[in-house]
Amino acid sequence: MATKKPQAQSNVSAEELKGYYRDMLLIRRFEEKAGQLYGMGLIGGFCHLYIGQEAVVVGLEAATKEGDKRITSYRDHGHMLACGMDPGGVMAELTGRIGGLSKGKGGSMHMFSKEKHFYGGHGIVGAQVPLGAGLAFADKYLGNDNVSFAYFGDGAANQGQVYETFNMAALWKLPVIFVIENNQYAMGTAQRRSTSTPDLWTRGAAFGIPGEAVDGMDVLAVKAASEKAVAHCRAGEGPYILEVKTYRYRGHSMSDPAKYRTREEVQKMREERDCIEQVRDLLLSGKHATEEDLKSIDKEIKEIVNKAADFAKESPEPSVEELWTDIYA
Amino acid sequence: MAIEILMPALSPTMEEGTLAKWLVKEGDTVSAGDILAEIETDKATMEFEAVDEGVIGKILVAAGTEGVKVNTPIATLLAEGESADAAPAPAAAPAAAAPAPVAAAPKAAEAAPVAVQSKASPDWAEGTEMKKQTVREALRDAMAEEMRRDGTVFLMGEEVGEYQGAYKISQGLLDEFGPKRVIDTPITEHGFAGIATGAAFGGLKPIVEFMTFNFAMQAIDHIINSAAKTLYMSGGQMGAPMVFRGPNGAAARVAAQHSQDYAAWYAQIPGLKVVMPYSASDYKGLMKTAIRDPNPVIFLENEILYGKTFEVPVLDNFTIPFGKARIWREGTDVTIVSFGIGMTYALEAADKLAAEGISAEVIDLRTLRPIDYDTVIASVMKTNRCVTVEEGWPVGSIGNHLSATIMERAFDYLDAPVINCTGKDVPMPYAANLEKLALVTTDEVVAAVKKVTYR
Repeated sequence: MATKKPQAQSNVSAEELKGYYRDMLLIRRFEEKAGQLYGMGLIGGFCHLYIGQEAVVVGLEAATKEGDKRITSYRDHGHMLACGMDPGGVMAELTGRIGGLSKGKGGSMHMFSKEKHFYGGHGIVGAQVPLGAGLAFADKYLGNDNVSFAYFGDGAANQGQVYETFNMAALWKLPVIFVIENNQYAMGTAQRRSTSTPDLWTRGAAFGIPGEAVDGMDVLAVKAASEKAVAHCRAGEGPYILEVKTYRYRGHSMSDPAKYRTREEVQKMREERDCIEQVRDLLLSGKHATEEDLKSIDKEIKEIVNKAADFAKESPEPSVEELWTDIYA
Repeated sequence: MAIEILMPALSPTMEEGTLAKWLVKEGDTVSAGDILAEIETDKATMEFEAVDEGVIGKILVAAGTEGVKVNTPIATLLAEGESADAAPAPAAAPAAAAPAPVAAAPKAAEAAPVAVQSKASPDWAEGTEMKKQTVREALRDAMAEEMRRDGTVFLMGEEVGEYQGAYKISQGLLDEFGPKRVIDTPITEHGFAGIATGAAFGGLKPIVEFMTFNFAMQAIDHIINSAAKTLYMSGGQMGAPMVFRGPNGAAARVAAQHSQDYAAWYAQIPGLKVVMPYSASDYKGLMKTAIRDPNPVIFLENEILYGKTFEVPVLDNFTIPFGKARIWREGTDVTIVSFGIGMTYALEAADKLAAEGISAEVIDLRTLRPIDYDTVIASVMKTNRCVTVEEGWPVGSIGNHLSATIMERAFDYLDAPVINCTGKDVPMPYAANLEKLALVTTDEVVAAVKKVTYR
């Protein structure tokens, strides 16, 4: 069923649209809860929330199939939820408990799932880019048609290893989609202060990698771009770059007061561009869902998140023996 | 007066080579830049050019001669009007008159690995057929055998394919396994180490060759943060079964940025395994184990050892487990512990000491993570004295670590403090005399042993 927005793709059904609404809402409510638990001292260390950027992963995941791989930075909770990893396992990892996806040994920045083909969760800015190309290298070597998504930010886009990877990915025609989540701030440094050219998607041109900019607040636009990029990779045409223009509402991490931008700037984005509100409007104005339908989704999400938080609080800390396990296979 | 054309040094570590082919004959007129001959080093076949013009007088070393020492006269070059019988200028090369193999020392003597080797190695059964092989050949064979055995093993690095390896380690592998499995990379260590680590996450078993470990510093973030830590960070879900290999430590006259021993650096990292072999059989058996190991393995090779010949067992499936030291020589007065090229000094010192009536037990650690502490401790409990030998820097060295362990576990057995013989605490100088001083020497090992034995 068609939606009415001009940029929306006609192949999106009402059910799919509701699904995206649900997935984005799960990430937002989950992250809000994580922020709350951090404030209560239940989550420690670094905790980077994804609030505001939900349409990026949900839109990209909409074009994936079983076997496709994903890897990202430390701002990774949204990616894990979007690819179907258990919210309880993610939250329990945030609280450092044995029920966490890494048995409490990875924390917010380091989670993995072999089952869901999620390869972390990396704390060194830019490191996930060659690693993601390596996942694609493995698939190409093994002769399947899987695609790998290497997510990184506008900050990582200035790392040298990104360009080493662009070169090899293009040279070897690796099936990898480089997703630049441009949320406009590399920690506290605005893009204009750190980056010589504004259009990051053009940076593949020197290597012959096609790319495009995408409105990252519009999940349908992201989905359409993802489908195009995936088709390119599956056809054996090599890598593709998507610069997804997005915005994070919270600070870089929980301890960031975000003094580098105005409150008004954030407020304007929330009010005018919010990805969840956009889909909500689409659903209601197109009469694809009623207020009641959405309320019931909200309720379902709330229950999932509360259950995850309860699990994360109740799951015990890892046993002392865990200190010495998983060092060698 | 006739000019002598001398056997050239064509690489930093070349001491001798094969005069493969003459491209000129006696009586030919040559100009500067003309190719005179093809010379084979252990790494490559190189063309050798004339630097002066003149007429080729006598060819002193016949084509096909092996083991021609650097600086041996190989031909004479006559000035205009000179006779071929003109006496060659300097009297430096007495044997140079005959066109037969001149300075070629008998190969076997040159290759003789060490004077004394302890009783049969525990790594293979007594009576096993042995063959002579260089470290270089043993490494290549190990990789080739494992690549035949497992289709997910591949080799990636700079010049590993078409060039046949910057140090000729991967010679022949491209021909056998093709460009899908022997992959030439651009000169981007950080990038390709990351790609290889990602490929390991994705189910492959990469062997990453660093042209030397000096360049792996560009990639150390992926080696440590990505490869070594992922198994732990993922709660055991996934890791990086792969090998990072290449020459490590000082070669010869390549100065500070190309002469560093990383043994102690990597040995510090939980999640890595670290191998630093000395003999060709250990290179082979330990490389095969490294490739099969489900963890990231740092395999520290040595350029000077590449050309050394040792006995290697002829076995179909020869592997050596990690964490087992080898006792090369048994002794009663002192324990000398070393690894990698340090073994050269340790074994030479043991020979010299034997001549003076001091009996040294020489232990080759072979792997630095895990370390075979038990073998070292048992030996020290027997000899009551210990000297460690390594090329790396003194601060935070493997020797420091062993000293602490010996102190903790065998304090009451020690009759003298443990001495660590190491490289000097300076960047590697270029000048030949200073370079020698910067490295650990056999004499220093001998002196240290005399000190701990109070002789």
